[in-house]
Amino acid sequence: MEPALIFDLVLLLILIGLAWLLLASTDLFRAVVLFIAFGLLLALAWVRLGAPDVALAEAAIGAGITGALLLVGLGRLGSTERCRFSRAPLTFLQRLSAPVLVGVMIPSISLILLLEVHQLAGTTPGRQGLINAFLDVSGSGHGVTAVLLNFRAWDTLLEKGVLLLALITIWSLDQARPLFHQEDISPQLMGLARLLLPLVIVVAGFVLWQGDQAPGGAFQSGALLSAGILLAILVGYSLPQRWQGLSLRLLLAIGFGVFLLIAAATLLYSGYPLQYPEHLAGSLILLIELVATASIAALLAAAVVGGHPPDDLSTPAAKAPSTSGRR
Amino acid sequence: MNTVSLYAGSGIILFSLGLHALLIRRHLLRKILAANIMGSGVFMVFIAMGARGESGVADPVPQAMVLTGIVVSLCFTAVAIVLAVRINKLTGCTTLAVDEESSID
Repeated sequence: MEPALIFDLVLLLILIGLAWLLLASTDLFRAVVLFIAFGLLLALAWVRLGAPDVALAEAAIGAGITGALLLVGLGRLGSTERCRFSRAPLTFLQRLSAPVLVGVMIPSISLILLLEVHQLAGTTPGRQGLINAFLDVSGSGHGVTAVLLNFRAWDTLLEKGVLLLALITIWSLDQARPLFHQEDISPQLMGLARLLLPLVIVVAGFVLWQGDQAPGGAFQSGALLSAGILLAILVGYSLPQRWQGLSLRLLLAIGFGVFLLIAAATLLYSGYPLQYPEHLAGSLILLIELVATASIAALLAAAVVGGHPPDDLSTPAAKAPSTSGRR
Repeated sequence: MNTVSLYAGSGIILFSLGLHALLIRRHLLRKILAANIMGSGVFMVFIAMGARGESGVADPVPQAMVLTGIVVSLCFTAVAIVLAVRINKLTGCTTLAVDEESSID
């Protein structure tokens, strides 16, 4: 047995064990913390499978932002199962249905699918060669970026739409409430934030820029920036009132909007949406990535804060009192 | 037993663990966690399938699709948590309400 295979085996056993522990844990706070650890180890698994782009996204979005979302949600929901509705006890057959479905049906269906795919593996080599052959005309030097923003740009366009739609749903359901009390901010956190915030901005810019040649890109960079914004919110910065109206909404929508405009323009120019002219492909991808990063950062941070900004000034409790222009 | 089938098998196990928890757990946040684990299992099968080439580098197409999938599952989590908070606010429950008239479920 090779050492690498042993490493894989140990990693996967830890992952499955963590998943089991976090789903069975009675303490929900512990479950959420285990989930964040699970996400970070999952990023390691993506690296082992030769997918560093996914690893970056998993660590930043899957573990980081989702973890923040879950912790905020847990703070608002509480860990106990409260319900005023009484439940009839389940019959024996009802108890048996979940284990049978999960233990027998899902693995057997998956096994059949896997065997089919395994047979396919001998005949088709995957898309790696095809993508490398067309990389020169794609406007990007990195395969994953080329797939995301040129070959399968429709997926990315619609995903930006999903992100925007999710925030619209969140805003229509609730009003933003403060995440913490102003007097809880420790001076240590304040100092740490002053050190980290410029660094986060520089690293996010680097991750975005290197996405052209190496793993990285708009999602990862946007997630990093949103982590910076959340850190800023946690030490008491907030968006000034006059920017919470149209300018915030413009920032949230510009990523999807510019992408959609480019899709419409290319439709008129070449007859197909998102089929860029060859000499412009690089610049168009860069433009889309830049505005997308700004939008993704704002969207993710707004999703964690949850709820639309307070409508009027008569509810000062809904927003932290100190308003500094850092955003 | 090679790397690809090892990871694909683990993906199936993760999906099954998640589905089981989604069915039997009652707390809404637990259900959201379970759905996230299910998603991770699907991504793992997908990336493992993409990594079956000899080059050691995963196929970019599944990688790009999983990247999109991670963002979409984040959107799901965000909306689900806000809905759960809303349910909690309206009914005082942190579980889904059970209709007492129907004794079947």
